[in-house]
Amino acid sequence: MRYLSTVFGLIIGSVSSLSYATTLEIAVASNFAEPAKQIAQQFEQQTKIQVSISSAATGVLANQIRNGAPYKIFLSADQTTPKILIETGYAVAASQFTYAQGQLVLWSANPHLIDSSGKILTTGNFKYLAIANPKLAPYGAAGYQTLSKLGLTQQLQSKIVNGDNISNTYQYVASGNAQLGFVALAQIMQKGKISQGSYWIVPQTISPLIKQDGIILKAGASDPNAQKFLNFMRSESALTILRTYGYR
Amino acid sequence: MLNTEDWSALWLSIELAGLTTLILIIIALPLAWWLAFHQSRLKALIAALVALPLILPPSVIGFYLLVAMGPHGLIGKLCQTLGIELFPFTFNGLLIASIIYSLPFVVQPIQNTFNSIGKKPLEIAATLGAKPLDAWLNIVLPLAKNGILSAAVLGFAHTIGEFGIVLMIGGNIPHKTQLISLQIYNHVEAFEYAQAGQLSLILLIFSFAVLSFMYWLNQKFNYLNKA
Repeated sequence: MRYLSTVFGLIIGSVSSLSYATTLEIAVASNFAEPAKQIAQQFEQQTKIQVSISSAATGVLANQIRNGAPYKIFLSADQTTPKILIETGYAVAASQFTYAQGQLVLWSANPHLIDSSGKILTTGNFKYLAIANPKLAPYGAAGYQTLSKLGLTQQLQSKIVNGDNISNTYQYVASGNAQLGFVALAQIMQKGKISQGSYWIVPQTISPLIKQDGIILKAGASDPNAQKFLNFMRSESALTILRTYGYR
Repeated sequence: MLNTEDWSALWLSIELAGLTTLILIIIALPLAWWLAFHQSRLKALIAALVALPLILPPSVIGFYLLVAMGPHGLIGKLCQTLGIELFPFTFNGLLIASIIYSLPFVVQPIQNTFNSIGKKPLEIAATLGAKPLDAWLNIVLPLAKNGILSAAVLGFAHTIGEFGIVLMIGGNIPHKTQLISLQIYNHVEAFEYAQAGQLSLILLIFSFAVLSFMYWLNQKFNYLNKA
């Protein structure tokens, strides 16, 4: 009996110490998941503050935040969603800032499919074009805007498949199920280079750089570590990581 | 109110579930009979294979299907050789996924029914000179009618509720692969709670009605058996 209570004591002790350990929960838009992990790693090494990262489409995360998800920081893939979260009282007003500017790119796993000026979209010589759900993912919305600026929305409508978020969309293209798709440049960049496939970087005259804003959420308002992390996002070591993924 | 995409998703779900059920009944009748009465070393393996979708998360099934049916997968390569359209993002792809996903829900009730009927009616028919297939069609099938009907209802309802696999291999295409469960998810994630609520209510009422019907059927069946 005494033995048993010791065991229980240990379990309860370890559980409570887990919940008291100050973990910084961060919600990250899918396109930024990889760099965020690297930045978090450096942050952890320097500050000994534990960080946990959850990633999904911006809209999905916003919906979770509205329903009480315990994130302290939100790194969105746009500027509108953080603004709405501040206006509706889910985030700290003064905390919004642009942590990165991302680039939309048309990408194929096939190294010969996409020409350097994106003509393939006009010739329509493919079966499926993957775009992230525009309601949830800013990069998806940017993909649709690009089609509409090129006047191709009608023509390509029947070839579009929607990924749930930008990493899902990337998967559709990487697995070859969709011949090409609109993804974030960061997803196909490794150590400052585009490692495989063919691509067309959508010119800024057609799709402007996507400004991505971060905010401190209500759950992080009283946690000084949240501000520390956002400050770290502005540091040179964080910016170096950003650049290797093609962000500006 | 519901928009055209919602209605189309609802109708597509019904179409998919109907076709899935029809095909599953055709597969399940011989399979369930084999599982019920044949002694074989393979039986445990086959039974486990049939039951697997009960245990496996839909994400696992969806992931395997996406890879296998894609251009670099086994099924995908076969399709390319045969000149068939690749399955991901198509209604046929969803149909294949649903058949796998709902298989145990149709096979197991029918197998149980066959077990409870036993081989005796067939043996008696044989002594009276009936050929096996003749006896099976005219004696076993009518006896198993209610079991088959509840298997069909279960398979249909389960397919209507399918979500995880569809999310992974469907591509969320309106009028083609956008099913009602997916449309509800889209509405929720886009913060369109009113539309999500209406569609969810339709599914809730539908599921309740289906289950009530099935239990009513079972009750009637039991009553007839006792009488």
